[in-house]
Amino acid sequence: MTGKRFKTIAFDGLLKNNPTLRLVLGTCPTLALSTAAFNGIGMGLAVTFILICSNVLISLLRKTIPNAVRIPAFVIIIATFVTIVRMVLDKFIPSLYDSMGVYLPLIVVNCIILGRAESFASKNKVLDSACDGLFTGLGFTCALTLIGAIREILGAGAIFGYTLWDFKIEFFTSSAGAFFVYGLSIAIFNAVYSKIENVRRSKTFALRIMPKPDVSAPDNLDPDAGNEENANATAEATAKEVK
Amino acid sequence: MGTFFSIIIIAVFVNNFVVVQFLGICPFLGVSKKTNNALGMGIAVTLVMTITCLITYPIYEYLLVPNGLEYLEIIVFIFVIAALVQMIERAIKRFSPALYKAMGIYLPLITTNCAVLGVAELVIDKAQMMSLLGITSMNLGYAVLYGLFAGVGFTVSIVIMSGLREKIDHLRMPGPMKGFPITMMAACFMAMGFYVFNMIG
Repeated sequence: MTGKRFKTIAFDGLLKNNPTLRLVLGTCPTLALSTAAFNGIGMGLAVTFILICSNVLISLLRKTIPNAVRIPAFVIIIATFVTIVRMVLDKFIPSLYDSMGVYLPLIVVNCIILGRAESFASKNKVLDSACDGLFTGLGFTCALTLIGAIREILGAGAIFGYTLWDFKIEFFTSSAGAFFVYGLSIAIFNAVYSKIENVRRSKTFALRIMPKPDVSAPDNLDPDAGNEENANATAEATAKEVK
Repeated sequence: MGTFFSIIIIAVFVNNFVVVQFLGICPFLGVSKKTNNALGMGIAVTLVMTITCLITYPIYEYLLVPNGLEYLEIIVFIFVIAALVQMIERAIKRFSPALYKAMGIYLPLITTNCAVLGVAELVIDKAQMMSLLGITSMNLGYAVLYGLFAGVGFTVSIVIMSGLREKIDHLRMPGPMKGFPITMMAACFMAMGFYVFNMIG
């Protein structure tokens, strides 16, 4: 796997195709377990672990599993890993196991995992699939922790269980607050993301209409490769020419 | 009779599957654009949830627990649900093509609906169910009743949501709020409405 491919997978999983904030998948655990930041991390890491394992196994078996029964096969593979995680958590982190409750077995029907299995792992090599699982899972974890932290700070006046102040708005820990914070997070994330994307695009566009002789390699015009450097290089080259 | 009535209120409103317990959010957001579709999805989910409870509760109670195989519950339940959805789809196609036309497209989606696996997992947790429903012993009847009315609660909320969304789509709003964010806001107000049912107690 090349560095560029790795970068693309990481960027897709964390930002461009962030499962929680861009694709709005896996909404049930996001809404239910974002009451506190720690629950968000726990759920996120559990999903990440299962995502990596199931992606690797499905990628290994992608030529063996017949196309007609692939969905049941994927579900059984995912269910096996969920069972393992459940037993481990029950044994070693009982407090997290209790707070996750019914949402822990429900990871089986989490759209993110089945979605990545279907759209990525069943078509790609093992190492790529493992990376995809890792970064998609981390994107989910970050979003869940962020929403959890916002709700915990506003709703309970605490962060990761440490009390900050006495000021509390209980609305944010209620179910209505979950929808409110999640909805606003999606809106803000999308607004910021599209702004960044616009800036990137206009930079790329500027490079395309005024190509300098030293920016000849087509790779340099790729939107996913460091645009900052290209722009700087072009600017320096222009300055030299002027001199 | 009083118990029966209180189970209905608890399952449909107080512990509404969608806006209070956050189960089945995907179809709640995905299939709630038109009221007709929402109603079809709701009825299909209710049917599957009821039959799932009817099958998984005895399996867990009389097959897995006596043999010490509780840890297999997730795999067994998801297998039962997938097979069940497949069978219901075939049966409806065979006996009522009109109903299949109306409901058929929703059925395959139900396998991966959290609400169905969720209800199967909830009803086997006896202590929690007994304190939730205020009953002294848990049995198959209560499990099926809870499954049925949890499904009705799902239908109620998805139909309300579809009504709201038909109006929302024509409103002007800031660009980033379009789509999911504004739907979440609508769900937020619905959740506040359902929160009032907590006062019944």
